[in-house]
Amino acid sequence: MSVELDVFVGNTTIMDKEVYQLWLNGYTVNDAVKVRIEGGIMEECEASAEVLLSDTMDQYRTFQMCERLLHHPAKLANQLLFQIPPDRQAMLIERYYAFDDAFVREVLGKKLSKGTKKDLDDVSAKTGIMLKSCRRQFDNFKRVFKVVEELKGPLVENIRQHFLLPDQLARDYAAIVFFANNRFETGKKKLQYLTFHDFAFCAGQLINHWTVGAVDNMMDDMDVDLDKEFLQDLKDLKILITDKDLLDQHKSLVCTALRGKTNVFNEMEANFKNLSRSLVNIAAKLINAKDVRDFFIDLVEKFIEPCRSDKWTSIDVNLYLIHYTNSVHILDTFKHHGVWNRYMGVIKSCILRMYHE
Amino acid sequence: MPGKLKAKIVAGRHLPVMDRASDLTDAFVEVKFGNTTFKTDVYPKSLNPQWNSEWFKFEVDDKDLQDEPLQITVLDHDIYSANDAIGKVYIDIDPLLCSEAATVISGWLPIYDTIHGIRGEINVLVKVDLFNDLNRFRQSSCGVKFFCTTSIPRCYRAVMVHGFVEELVVNEDPEYQWIDRIRTPRASNEARQRLIFLMSGELQRKIGLKVLEMGGNAVVGYLQCFDLEGETGLVVRAIGTACTLEKISTLTSASTTHPSNSSPSKDMKEPIFGEEAPGNPLFSGPPTPLRVQTFSSFSPSKSYSRQSSSSDTELSLTPKTGMGSGGSAGKDAGPLKALMRQQTQSALEQREYPFFTLTSFPPGFLLHVGGVVNARSVKLLDRIHNPDEPETRDAWWEEIRQEIKCHAKALGCHAVVGYSESTSICEEVCILSASGTAVILGSRFMQDGPLDTDHRLSRQPLVFSTGAERVEGDMGSSISLGFEEVAPPGCGFCHIPYDELNIPFPAQLTNCYCCRRYKVPDVLFTTIDLPTEANITGKGCLIQARLCRTKKKAQGEGNATAISNLLPFLEYELHTQLMNKLKLRGMNALFGLRIQISVGETMLLGLASATGVYLTALPSPGGIQIAGKTPSDITYEQHISNMQKKINDTIAKNKEIYEVNPPEFVEEVIGSPIPEPRQRSRLFRSQSESSDDVSELDLSYGKKDAFVLEIDDTDAVEDIHALLTDFPTPPGFYSCNTEIMPGIQNWTSAIQMFTSVRVFRLNNANLTNQGLNKIFSELCENLLKSFYFKLRSMVPCCLCHLNFTVAIPEDELIQVAVTAVAMSFDKEQTLENGRQSGDKTLIKAITENDEQLQFSLELNAELSSPNPLSSTKGLSDVSGSHLSARAHSVDYSSFADRCSSWIEQLRLKAHIIRRGSVKTTSSLEKASPLPEGRSRSLRRNRSYSGSSVAVVKMTPLSLLPGAKIIKYLGIINMFFIRETTSLREEGGVSGFLHTFIAEVFAMVRAHVAALGGNAVVSYSMKECVFMENPNKNQAQCLINVSGDAVIFVRESELEATSVQPQSATTQTSNGGEGT
Repeated sequence: MSVELDVFVGNTTIMDKEVYQLWLNGYTVNDAVKVRIEGGIMEECEASAEVLLSDTMDQYRTFQMCERLLHHPAKLANQLLFQIPPDRQAMLIERYYAFDDAFVREVLGKKLSKGTKKDLDDVSAKTGIMLKSCRRQFDNFKRVFKVVEELKGPLVENIRQHFLLPDQLARDYAAIVFFANNRFETGKKKLQYLTFHDFAFCAGQLINHWTVGAVDNMMDDMDVDLDKEFLQDLKDLKILITDKDLLDQHKSLVCTALRGKTNVFNEMEANFKNLSRSLVNIAAKLINAKDVRDFFIDLVEKFIEPCRSDKWTSIDVNLYLIHYTNSVHILDTFKHHGVWNRYMGVIKSCILRMYHE
Repeated sequence: MPGKLKAKIVAGRHLPVMDRASDLTDAFVEVKFGNTTFKTDVYPKSLNPQWNSEWFKFEVDDKDLQDEPLQITVLDHDIYSANDAIGKVYIDIDPLLCSEAATVISGWLPIYDTIHGIRGEINVLVKVDLFNDLNRFRQSSCGVKFFCTTSIPRCYRAVMVHGFVEELVVNEDPEYQWIDRIRTPRASNEARQRLIFLMSGELQRKIGLKVLEMGGNAVVGYLQCFDLEGETGLVVRAIGTACTLEKISTLTSASTTHPSNSSPSKDMKEPIFGEEAPGNPLFSGPPTPLRVQTFSSFSPSKSYSRQSSSSDTELSLTPKTGMGSGGSAGKDAGPLKALMRQQTQSALEQREYPFFTLTSFPPGFLLHVGGVVNARSVKLLDRIHNPDEPETRDAWWEEIRQEIKCHAKALGCHAVVGYSESTSICEEVCILSASGTAVILGSRFMQDGPLDTDHRLSRQPLVFSTGAERVEGDMGSSISLGFEEVAPPGCGFCHIPYDELNIPFPAQLTNCYCCRRYKVPDVLFTTIDLPTEANITGKGCLIQARLCRTKKKAQGEGNATAISNLLPFLEYELHTQLMNKLKLRGMNALFGLRIQISVGETMLLGLASATGVYLTALPSPGGIQIAGKTPSDITYEQHISNMQKKINDTIAKNKEIYEVNPPEFVEEVIGSPIPEPRQRSRLFRSQSESSDDVSELDLSYGKKDAFVLEIDDTDAVEDIHALLTDFPTPPGFYSCNTEIMPGIQNWTSAIQMFTSVRVFRLNNANLTNQGLNKIFSELCENLLKSFYFKLRSMVPCCLCHLNFTVAIPEDELIQVAVTAVAMSFDKEQTLENGRQSGDKTLIKAITENDEQLQFSLELNAELSSPNPLSSTKGLSDVSGSHLSARAHSVDYSSFADRCSSWIEQLRLKAHIIRRGSVKTTSSLEKASPLPEGRSRSLRRNRSYSGSSVAVVKMTPLSLLPGAKIIKYLGIINMFFIRETTSLREEGGVSGFLHTFIAEVFAMVRAHVAALGGNAVVSYSMKECVFMENPNKNQAQCLINVSGDAVIFVRESELEATSVQPQSATTQTSNGGEGT
């Protein structure tokens, strides 16, 4: 005796958020039923395991049928097969495109290729996230990447329009696409302490200030690539470390401003030249794609680590960077104020975000 | 040549990739009507083609317009090979032929393929220019409106109800033609789909002609069914109720509602008086005053005491079976003659079939309800030789209808309402069933004089020659009588319709508990919805009797005889089960009773569903008493007493759940307490039979109101167990199979329609009847449990119109399909209470004497038909304590509803605050005029770049809570076949059917939206035939659905736009009428 066929179809498609999450997390039907039972739903609703199994199967089938549509969220709104209220649609999309921080941290900056996909079982083993879920998240990254790669206009807006994602999620995806496109190195041991949100913040800064779209909204170019002209101009900043006078002048201006305002003044004074050289060198090298990839590791190795070993506080770092940036404008021989501001603005916010005491 | 059909193909979207090389499609469209075909240009290399074609014009006969669907085929152009079909769309032109329905079909319709399902959508525009043909001999019946709804549609008024119309057409089933061996499954499916489209068009046209002949302009309660007889052909048959309907001038603003409603109610009242007055003496004979007096002298306990109710619930079977303690039609014809004579005044008498497919009625239509009548007959299918003259099938139904008519007469009734017909086919055996409720109708809506339906009379009923036996059952309950203007309508329909000295079957009569003047039966079974004016106590609930009977495999006549012999037992047991379960819930009446008997090769399935209620007018049912036949040893006694305790507990619990607490109520009225335990007494079932058993009984209690189950064998023990295994509905849930749950008001607008199908395989071939029963019962219970679980987020809610359909698709398989709607309601009564007091004071202020009350009731009742919610809503308000208050609760509250719209307004506002989110979304659904709503929807439009799909609500009910139907756009009647040869890949049988049902919903919604509608009411899935062959990885499914496409507007919106004028007009109109 067995139930051979069992379906339940509502005019308004019934979807349980909890089951949806289990499905997204890659649980099999039987595992999902177990989780639900453990969640105490049986006592709550006087349901039996049989009922739960039937319900879970129904929902899983619905989700599988919907998945095709979720790949093109715009279709979900004008398809006829499922009648889903708009708020539910938004929920479905948002959750489908949501990702685990632990997972994204593993693939951030990696090429979204078949090779990477093959390694997902390692990622799954490492993060404890089910392979099925890893694959969905990876495919989402790749799908978004493919669509927006070719599009003109602002990256975040493009993602939001095409995938109907809420603002924050669209920004996160922009960061992921941006990282994948520029292949920033994020996996090194020294970078492990940084969370995805740290990187996402930095990506936002880079997108907003260093890409072509950042300067000129009219430009028909894309947000995904850094502004080549700007990177070229960054070379001009080298004068700040190659010109001895300029370097000394800069140092004395900064030190005068900082004196008495911090406990680590001596360390600041001692390290000034080193730090300044590091920051300017990073800027000058960005024209090489290879060095762009190392941008974050460079920031950590050349600036953040020295400061940390000298026990600077975030306030110290902030103070230092403010005066370091502003003092340059007093130097009469320095001409590249626009580039300097554009560079240092981003660097300052990135460093502050990445500076975990 | 009186019609021009115009079609324009605008665009396509989401088309499938047909060319693997380019991942694109070169699509073009063929538009076909009759034998004319037009083509669009090929739109190359696109999945979203923009054809923007010219208008294709078909000049056709209006007969063809009714019969034929417009057929749109989307194809992929291929230079080298034959063009590949992507899919088809069939468009029923019928809604465009009626001036009051839709004017244009425009929108995105799913492109459907029987193998692949929905493959993209196509945007079309269809219009019809109709030149009126007044030719008397015309073959078309354009303009006749069809409604699936089994009540007078909400924005219409019935000027006249003409009566029963029926028709059937037969054809060969393309699936069984020789050509099917050489054509593809797709071609075969499409031939079948097209044929059925044509046949239902033809059927509708023919029915329409009959309606015109009768002088009507509409068919209400249109019920169309398919009999897939297999080798012998395909029968499409339909029944309905012909009416003359008049549109109530609608009302985009509510301000016009009330005046326009109150006037029809006025002129409706007059004829009732006029025609009924002479009839009154007939019903309210001399005994009446006497009875009232005796009643008042009765002690309360006596008014309670009555005979075992089992007697009147016995099935009356054909006399030769000898089981009937009740009278069958034939047996009791004699004594009834006197009664018949009394009623000859009725025009109905002269009608061939005084049947009505309606289940709820305008006030004044239904005077007295007799009981359920039903008839079944087992036939052997033979080849239909001449499809144009389907005489045998016609004759079969004729026989059955005659029988139903006789049964109704036996119950002293002249009409049958809530009438329906069904079949169950297995191989060459076919069970035909018909059932309805015998009633006496008010003559207000009846046409005077005989009605000519001579086309039928001229036909000679042919006696079926293969000798299959006929079996009939007649479920008599009891009756009511005596329509009187003074009798409160809340109980009038319960009064027995026949002379109490000539009861057609032994029934226990008591004086009505409401008016105390007329006799009422102890139990009432009906197939109709609970009349809105009925007085009930507590809430109702779904009651199901389920039964399985094994049967030996047999062939031909032998098989038919075996089935015939089994049927009476099946019906009898179903009936006993229903009665037991009814008592177990402490209730005394069943509404919406539907008995389905399904035949398979090795078993018969019986499923009876109904909604139990406690009618205030009827006596309280006694408990259930278990009697051990051989009281020998102590453990056995103990066992029995345990069981008795269980049963008593269950009854007590049920009474609490359903808020059935009549004893209290009786006490208050009569003023002396009834000791609860003394109500129960020991008695055998069918006490009326003078068998030896009776004498063995201990009758020491002296009262005979308990229903006794005798445990003398294991069967009975099983039965009692089965009785107790019904899973109680979880808290917050109610269920019923009628339109709306009796006793629940204040519905919110949240509804969820669903269809669920389960197929159960019995692997164990050697099951006993008991084992089968258990399995079947569990199957149904588990389904219900699943619903409760799935819909838990809607609590408090009620599953309404739970419609179970059982089938035995093949040996060892049981299929149960359910369609229902879950509707949530507001539990909070605080506001309601506030309203109640407001209502009462208002009423007191306005009306003081009875006559005025009565008058206002008429108004309200009329009001309640276009807008039933306001009146039902009110009912809960006065769920109070006094008889008088109860009896008039409808009047009070709904009257108040009209005149105190400000209170309603207040409530609505509070409502909005309470469930703010729900309200906003619902207003967004229809681009609310509120600025807030607009800004929101604008934002949404922006964020969801594409235009989103309009929401289409679906419900099996004839109404939408919290909304007003302002227009009926036409009938939706669709038939689909889906087949797959890759069952596993599509997710197995469940995946396949899940997709298909979702697709059917989608197509229904799309067609409704294209007609300009935003909801389907009276939706039903009439057929769901599923066949599988897992070994071949194949499955096929046929689904037939129907309903009425409508436009509704939210009441809240209506009122929001016209609060001021509305309250102003109602005030004045009340003032005018009340004084």
